[in-house]
Amino acid sequence: MAAVRVEEVLAAAEEQEAEKRRSVTVEKELELEFDLGNLLALDRNPPAAAGLRGDVPRREALLRALARDNTQLLVAQLWELPAERAGGAGGPLVARLPEPAFRLPREKPPPRPRPPTRWEQFARLKGIRRRKRTSLVWDEEAKEWRRRWGYRRAGGDPARAWLAEVPEGADPEEDQFARLRREKRERVARNELNRLRNLARAHRAGTAVPAAPLHPTGHQSREELGRVARVARVSTASLGRFQPRLPKEPAEPPSRSGGKKRRFEPLLGNLAAERSRQLELLRDMGRKKPVLDITRAVNKQLRQEEAEAAAAKGKKQSKRGKRGRRQQRVGRSSKRGARRQQQQRPAG
Amino acid sequence: LIYSCRKPKTKRAKRFLEKREPKLKENTKNAMLIKGGNANLTVTEVLKDIYAVKKPFAVLYKKKNITRPFEDQTSLEFFSKKSDCSLFLFGSHNKKRPNNLIIGRMFDYHVLDMIELGVEKFVSLKDVKNSKCPEGTKPMLIFAGDMFDVNEEYRRLKSLLIDFFRGPSVPSIRLAGLEYVLHFTALDGKIYMRSYKVLLKKSGCKVPRIELEEMGPSLDLVMRRTHLASDDLYKLSLKQPKALKPKKKKNISHDVFGTTYGRIHMQKQDLSKLQTRKMKGLKKRPAEKSAESGGVSPKKSKSG
Repeated sequence: MAAVRVEEVLAAAEEQEAEKRRSVTVEKELELEFDLGNLLALDRNPPAAAGLRGDVPRREALLRALARDNTQLLVAQLWELPAERAGGAGGPLVARLPEPAFRLPREKPPPRPRPPTRWEQFARLKGIRRRKRTSLVWDEEAKEWRRRWGYRRAGGDPARAWLAEVPEGADPEEDQFARLRREKRERVARNELNRLRNLARAHRAGTAVPAAPLHPTGHQSREELGRVARVARVSTASLGRFQPRLPKEPAEPPSRSGGKKRRFEPLLGNLAAERSRQLELLRDMGRKKPVLDITRAVNKQLRQEEAEAAAAKGKKQSKRGKRGRRQQRVGRSSKRGARRQQQQRPAG
Repeated sequence: LIYSCRKPKTKRAKRFLEKREPKLKENTKNAMLIKGGNANLTVTEVLKDIYAVKKPFAVLYKKKNITRPFEDQTSLEFFSKKSDCSLFLFGSHNKKRPNNLIIGRMFDYHVLDMIELGVEKFVSLKDVKNSKCPEGTKPMLIFAGDMFDVNEEYRRLKSLLIDFFRGPSVPSIRLAGLEYVLHFTALDGKIYMRSYKVLLKKSGCKVPRIELEEMGPSLDLVMRRTHLASDDLYKLSLKQPKALKPKKKKNISHDVFGTTYGRIHMQKQDLSKLQTRKMKGLKKRPAEKSAESGGVSPKKSKSG
């Protein structure tokens, strides 16, 4: 009898356990996909369309039930993560999340590694490593720890220095304060120059490679193709000197300016040339006749337009044939009329 | 370096610029919520509610801005550059497109993806009279429906919504603080977005039983126009720098049962010259000694 009761008790206990577990288990056709790093769950099961197309309260109830099931599954997954008590025994239970798995696009492109500066190269060569300096220095006069530089620095404010020793072998007449100020200005200028040089080197190194290669689906423009072809030609061991040209490629001498269309003269150089240029400019400004001859300019423009139109017409005729010729006769007369009007205007 | 042209003169300016330059591990994406020239009450309410959900990683512009994102993206890009926001939500309303929301993201301050959604029904935070969860809670995101996998536009929308609502990336999370869940269902060309507050009830076992309480903005959306990035641009934006890849430890392998195996590489050893002092088990036995010495009688062991 006792054995039966024990069995009953055990069965009842197991029934209770199963009941409890049932309250947190959810049955789904397809398993959900989880990305716990983002607290994300993806349910691929098609939702119950019939219920959701019905009236609004029923739809809300169905949506809420679906959400409850999915959230239960997600929470079950989260509870299985390794958890610890943060901040000692009494702290809250904290689960360690894995890295987010869902690939999302970045905000900005990844930073390009910048080339080392001249000092960095030298230091690496010599094996010089950075020595960590203390931020505070002991100042004997003030008998306290002062900053190395900045507000209230050790060694007093350099602007208030009332004594400047004349170093050995220096000119006794020279103004020492002026010398100190000049040397500081020179140091600052030299540092700035070096910083800009390093930046220029980094910038040049960055743009040496064509940053945007040819478009993969073939929508390249003519200029882009030309540019890439030029770069490819120069990318041989002998820098493109012995590279055979394609049948219709024009022989291009290497432009000294590297593609830049304007060349600027150096600021301080040929004084005579500058003088003559300035005098010419003054002469042109003082002239009564205008520099630009309007008649000639307009005629030149008209001739250019005519040539373009003729070229376009030639192409169209070869394309269209009979149909084109018939249409163009109408068009031609209207264009002639407009041009006759334009030519008469400047003279009158 | 970003401050090459104008070197910052103060530490504060330098910190400001450093926050905005491209980094290996990026900042949390900020969202800008903009009203169009003809935004109506519904759309304004939607923007305010989304701002409440996304605080503090969102900027709500109070004034109306007369732009058309699908035609001209320059003003959006200008805003993005000024406020350093890479996500945006633009609300407008006109007869042809009532209650219009354009949700989008940027890559390198240029528009990457834009999807236009129409709001058919909207229940605001204020209308639902339940308790709300604290500001800045990281929401749980759930996407239901096979449309989110089958259709390319829906897939991009899913990626956009995850990006928008995900919040900061954290290494660990307090389990009792999982209070907010955003549930998106795609059905019949409509997307139902519902937000619920999660109540963790006691259940017999370790995992608590979940009860949901309706809270927060709920939207019925319908997809209108899209402006998705080309595949190669999208791939370029997904590219992660190599430094972020976890370093693979060599010579370590795991088997099915979870045992970790390692390989140790040793030089060739002369086994006869191994150190075997004080290893009693390897001591030469009398029988072996006699075999080696070739019949020389073994020494008598001392006894007693």
